[in-house]
Amino acid sequence: MLDLYTPGTSMLHRMSPGPKMAALAIAATALFLQESLLVTALAVVAILALYRVANIPMKTALAQIRPLMWIFVIFFAVQWYFSGLTLAAYVVLRLAALILLASLVTLTTRASDMIDSMTRALRLFKPIGVNPDKVSLAISLALRFIPVLGRIATEVREAQKTRGLERSIIAVAMPLAIRAIKMADDVSDAIESRGYRS
Amino acid sequence: MIDLKNVSLSFGDHPVLHNISLSLSERRIAVIGANGSGKSSFARLLNGLALPTSGTVSVDGFDTKKQGKDVRGRVGFVFQNPDNQIVFPVVEEDLAFGMKNLGLDKATIATRTTEILERYDMQHLREHPAHLLSGGQKQLLAISGVLVMAPAYVVLDEPTTLLDLRNKRRIARVLNALDQTIIHVTHDLDQIADYDRVIVIDEGRVACDATPAKAIPFYQELMA
Amino acid sequence: MTIKDIVYIALFVALTAALGLMPPIAFAGGALPPITAQSLGVMLAGSVLGAKRGGYALLLFVALVAMGFPLLSGGRGGFGVLLGTSGGFILAWPICAAVIGHLVHKNANANIWVTGGMIAFGGILVMYTLGIPWMAVVGKLGLDKSLAIMVAYIPGDLVKVVLATVIARGLRRAYPNI
Repeated sequence: MLDLYTPGTSMLHRMSPGPKMAALAIAATALFLQESLLVTALAVVAILALYRVANIPMKTALAQIRPLMWIFVIFFAVQWYFSGLTLAAYVVLRLAALILLASLVTLTTRASDMIDSMTRALRLFKPIGVNPDKVSLAISLALRFIPVLGRIATEVREAQKTRGLERSIIAVAMPLAIRAIKMADDVSDAIESRGYRS
Repeated sequence: MIDLKNVSLSFGDHPVLHNISLSLSERRIAVIGANGSGKSSFARLLNGLALPTSGTVSVDGFDTKKQGKDVRGRVGFVFQNPDNQIVFPVVEEDLAFGMKNLGLDKATIATRTTEILERYDMQHLREHPAHLLSGGQKQLLAISGVLVMAPAYVVLDEPTTLLDLRNKRRIARVLNALDQTIIHVTHDLDQIADYDRVIVIDEGRVACDATPAKAIPFYQELMA
Repeated sequence: MTIKDIVYIALFVALTAALGLMPPIAFAGGALPPITAQSLGVMLAGSVLGAKRGGYALLLFVALVAMGFPLLSGGRGGFGVLLGTSGGFILAWPICAAVIGHLVHKNANANIWVTGGMIAFGGILVMYTLGIPWMAVVGKLGLDKSLAIMVAYIPGDLVKVVLATVIARGLRRAYPNI
């Protein structure tokens, strides 16, 4: 879900990550602080227009919120029941706007560029003992581990299924944790053997 | 040349390798042995991932204990599971990692990246997420990540164990075409028939060190 | 900090994010913090890695969320979430992980009940102490209502404490040198 980058040459692709992140932070905060349905709806339209600018198909935009559809439905139903249609629409639209906006940044920014600019920003914290290179290595690794953990979880669940244990949380979580630590040990060896100086 | 002098290795009070002395200089060297024989630990000694409990391991005169950095630059290491070797989310970024560690400039990194991707017909995967590659492509990426660092030696610890037959053969062809000295730990005996030297490790000792024609039958006898 | 420390920190960032992929149980229309598996990541990072590495792991996690990575359950991310009703709980995570790590590692030979108690202290008490006042202010709820709401979360959190305790102790047996 984090390897979202879609290659392109649009204005948004060429913008450097720093300002893009700053714009995201400001826009997200603004969205959160305003409480008007109209403004929120306009924001969604504006964000979708930005997808056009970035040459990202609407299908990709929809794919960003599809996994959350059922949450949207629940939110909408609950808010409608308790607080009326306007608030329900507002809450769901605001959520959609936030996710679409954050996804637009990830879709148009390579993870490595994002990490590079964060590393540059982190140099400011060097005097208090922050090592930017180590932080950026940790971020890259974390992003790589997420899909791998998902796959290990599936494998473990399948293995335990043959023993009728797939419903036992511990029977799945314990081997998963042990394999994850083993993977981390192997990855440290690989990083060391590829010449990384700590 | 990689030199091992009276090398022993133990983990805590559990001995793994006993007093091994060897010189490795042939171009194609295979290391075979049963699971748990100590062959993986042997491989890890060669680039300083494991340090000998006693004795010395040196690569072109550089001691793995004292000059680890020089050793890493000379000896590339390929692991069994490429998932654990690929550090970065995107193919191109991962290839750049080792080269950045060597301190190469951006232009050289870009050139070498293009070269290696073309050599293995993976140009179209340059910006591809690494975790979406097939098993064979992942191992090829892991090997490429090592080769772009231009090591003089490549140590491979069972690089084909997790692959299907077609990919096993593809990796074998890739290895045979390399200019470097390779030290290949493997269970796939058919891949090493034309190697220069085969070392059989059994219970932490060198049980046989000969040509494939002699060492492979010896190993098959040993496992019978 | 060794390479291994960095890799472990990354692993627990990823683990906390991966736990967020399990569907959260949301209620009251998102005005309240959803019940998610993610605080299990907080408890595990602390109890397995210790105060320093566990705290850094969650600090990095929160920083990534603030940068807009959709790592929170339900694909949430961005600065906006941190300003919402559940922001206080999320910002508390690094502190909770550090507290748990400090307690659990200082008493490494404690029995399973004591370890569980320490995880509950950091993962429930400290988290609620920091998160509830935030929720009360941001959600215009008042402290009494906020407290009452949080009671609903305690059973779920206790389940997570049990899981974290069992997994952390199991891992320590399997890998004494973590």
